[in-house]
Amino acid sequence: MSVELLNFIETVLNGLMSGVMYSLVALGFVLIFKASGVFNFAQGVFALFAALTLVGYQTGQVPFAHLINELFGTNYHNWYASMPNFLAIILTMITMIALAWIIERLVLKHLVNQDPIILFMATIGLAFALEGVGDLMWGSDVKVLDVGIPSGGSVWLEEATIGLAAEGSDYYGMYIDVLNVWATVIAVILVITLALFSQYTKTGRALRAVADDHQAALSVGISLRTIWILVWAISGFIAMVAGIMWGTESGVQFSLSLIALKALPVLILGGFTSIPGAIIGGLLIGVGEKLAEIYIGGYFETGALENWFAYVMALVFLLFRPQGLFGDKIIERV
Amino acid sequence: MLYKETGQYKSTYKSDHAIFPLIQDKIAFSTLMFIAFLIIPFVINSYWEKAILVPFLIFSLAAIGLNILTGYCGQVSLGTGGFMAVGAFSTYKIMTYFPDLNIMIIVLISGLITAAVGILFGLPSLRIKGFYLAVATLASQFFLVWLFNKVPWFYNYSDTGQITVSERLMFGIPVTGATAPPYATYLFCLILVVLLGFAAKNLIRSKMGRSWMAIRDMDIAAEIIGVPPLKTKLSAFAISSFYIGVAGALYFAVFLGAIEVTESFDIMTISFPVLFMIIIGGLGSMLGSFLGAAFIVTLPIGLKFIMVDLVGLSAVTAKHFEITIWGLLMIIFLIVEPHGLARLWSIAKEKLRRWPFPY
Repeated sequence: MSVELLNFIETVLNGLMSGVMYSLVALGFVLIFKASGVFNFAQGVFALFAALTLVGYQTGQVPFAHLINELFGTNYHNWYASMPNFLAIILTMITMIALAWIIERLVLKHLVNQDPIILFMATIGLAFALEGVGDLMWGSDVKVLDVGIPSGGSVWLEEATIGLAAEGSDYYGMYIDVLNVWATVIAVILVITLALFSQYTKTGRALRAVADDHQAALSVGISLRTIWILVWAISGFIAMVAGIMWGTESGVQFSLSLIALKALPVLILGGFTSIPGAIIGGLLIGVGEKLAEIYIGGYFETGALENWFAYVMALVFLLFRPQGLFGDKIIERV
Repeated sequence: MLYKETGQYKSTYKSDHAIFPLIQDKIAFSTLMFIAFLIIPFVINSYWEKAILVPFLIFSLAAIGLNILTGYCGQVSLGTGGFMAVGAFSTYKIMTYFPDLNIMIIVLISGLITAAVGILFGLPSLRIKGFYLAVATLASQFFLVWLFNKVPWFYNYSDTGQITVSERLMFGIPVTGATAPPYATYLFCLILVVLLGFAAKNLIRSKMGRSWMAIRDMDIAAEIIGVPPLKTKLSAFAISSFYIGVAGALYFAVFLGAIEVTESFDIMTISFPVLFMIIIGGLGSMLGSFLGAAFIVTLPIGLKFIMVDLVGLSAVTAKHFEITIWGLLMIIFLIVEPHGLARLWSIAKEKLRRWPFPY
């Protein structure tokens, strides 16, 4: 195989894997949008908050330590030195469920029947509030997150692929981050679990019923509020997985919450209401972005296309399919 | 009793169509204008100018712009930061190419350039609606900021990537640059805001404004009764972008003086706050644009005062607190009064009309 072809394959593979990361975030959006019609802008901050909480539990930080120390002149920092990963993850999950419950009780309950734009703005408010709370609780410094997922280039793949190039050519094998492979595996497991859950359990069926038609679901005795809490908890859980992945890759810091902005083009590409759409959209955007960076980015001296390329790509798709690739057909009546 | 329309008869169409049909409104508005034009310029100091009044005026303009698009025409836009950047960079480029041009003209031309860019980015609105459109407008935000950040021509190949305003005079008094006195920058912004505010108010009451509202309320029905969606949506995008572009030009030239595009026109510092302004102020209300801008501009100052000066927190913690409270206030506001401050005002007017005999 020629080196160009191998490079192309490497780019596509890496694109697919970063696409999986986008899909993970987009999935949380889609779940909430389907079940409650809320476009949850806070999804990225959810991921940040979950990652911060996880690190906080792992290292035994005292919540609100900065604030307490400043107000009362005390000097609290840590409760204990460390906590097993698995325990910390479970505690974080419980925190995210509690968060979902609080959000339903304090915010959503009062905003039933409002315009979608009002709900959207409320989630932006939520994003600000949650970001502030996260910083107040755990401090705003950049944290290292390590839950034992291996990272770094895969040596095995590098050695396996080095022989594929023609004899004597200048080729050093493919570079793929093991972390991304793990992320892909975990995302696949997550999606399969979700699919099984919504197909075969009673709660899952109730969830799909609510997504289909709120009023009909209410009339057959499904509690909307329970479902909403459940959905927000699930997307909190997905946010946690995304937070762990992105946090391991680049540290837990404010910029983590901006992955929400990365997930938006995935959403409009795949359609707001489709779970397969979120996944395929994420993969398409991931591959498109990486290919553009290498094959088009070279023509602009300036580079760094990836901030907007995904949006333009999604826009072009939208011109042909206004409801996204897999979104529900929009039918309008006067 | 205080606010009654009894006895105020309209005998001509002209008086019936006046912007302020009631004598009380006329008095209130004239008093406000009197204070704004004849008292504040004499008492203004640089703190009030830089911290409150000038940002308030500039953001009011941006809020009017976004309100035209979102509140009156129903097209949600998250690209305000990008369009303000277009206004700012047009001002900068025109300033470098035409050093002798009057600053007022420069600002208005920047607005026109932004309007052209707005039409371009408004084209997708013909195909897509709702949240799909909101996300699509984010494309303009990211693309424009990227463009101004990465193409050196826009910032005249300066090493820092910053653009800095040079001094420009109006009637012999500098209104831009470091030496501009507070009253000059304030009056410059005020004149533009009053003129453009009146223009917007009248546009909204015209045929064009009514067709915007028809599209907002139900676009298909509007199309059937003969409102052309192409012309209407694009005109809303153009005029909205014009206002936002002028706001961006003032933000750069008069208010900040030197900007770095990724910081000053970020989605978090411009686009969302301006959207908050019109939602808190009231969608589809001119008064709301001003009230919202006033609220959002003064809120951080008030919060900072309480946090740092009264409670004595460190600046970092206070900042975190500020973000939290900001977010919570947004939510509370949306829960308590989703129609915004303008609605509270109309409730107050209703109460005043009956006071002191509420029944």
